[in-house]
Amino acid sequence: MLKHGIGKRSNKVKNTVERGAVKKFAEAIGDLHPIFICEETGKQSRYKNNIAPPTFPRVFDYGTIEELNLPAKGLIHGEQIYHYERPLMVGENINCYSEVKDYYERNGKSGEMGFLLLKRYGEDLEGNLIFTEEQVVIITEAVRKEMMV
Amino acid sequence: MKELKDLQIGESLEDVTLSPVSRLDLIKYAGASGDYNPIHTIDEEAEKAGLPGIIAHGMWTMGNLAKLFTPYYEEGFIEDYTIRFKGMVFLNDVITLNAILDDNKEEKMKFKVNATNQDGNEVIKGNVVLCKV
Repeated sequence: MLKHGIGKRSNKVKNTVERGAVKKFAEAIGDLHPIFICEETGKQSRYKNNIAPPTFPRVFDYGTIEELNLPAKGLIHGEQIYHYERPLMVGENINCYSEVKDYYERNGKSGEMGFLLLKRYGEDLEGNLIFTEEQVVIITEAVRKEMMV
Repeated sequence: MKELKDLQIGESLEDVTLSPVSRLDLIKYAGASGDYNPIHTIDEEAEKAGLPGIIAHGMWTMGNLAKLFTPYYEEGFIEDYTIRFKGMVFLNDVITLNAILDDNKEEKMKFKVNATNQDGNEVIKGNVVLCKV
């Protein structure tokens, strides 16, 4: 049912690594380290800037993949993988998009489960890759039935 | 604080034990991340989903776990961060964060990481690769 979505991509969306958003995020994960929030510490650091925590890309807008209509409820987050070429700098602009990497179904304890692999990308404005984020989303049989209605 | 270069394979970074998970923690994370799935903040919605109560965002725990490495950004940055979500985190759970050095190469250090609850059960586990700068 979701198989036809494999390979589909969203359009690129420009995002900014906003200083206030980084601070709020760092606070929410209990990590108000000066490398994230203190301008002077950032300047003195080897990155010459404040950076964002590695799980920050969660806040970005990755656009919409057409035909991929996931329910808002009942999804299980199985795995999460980040890869970075370098840390994200506070204040920089990032082009983000997402892609359906794979979809398959397996029989499990609670019926037939669907496994959706979503991959997200963040590039600088010249098109150089900065990070990728991969997510394994598990879709239970109950939710899949609802989606087919 | 020990410098990373002095850490031996098999040794841990200093463990961090978080305060008991509060509703406000999860409301703050929902706001900061934009993940407003109501099973993390609203009791009735969690119960409707068949849960005994609201559960923490997996990404909240993953975000917390990364802070073991924050003091070391002058020595390296997180190049790869891989997590498998193993168990749910409920209100008032006390989560402990742990990272053990697994491999140490010229340019990269690999850590096994996990977060466990007060009963010693792993809630998330995975790997962190630090790229030495």
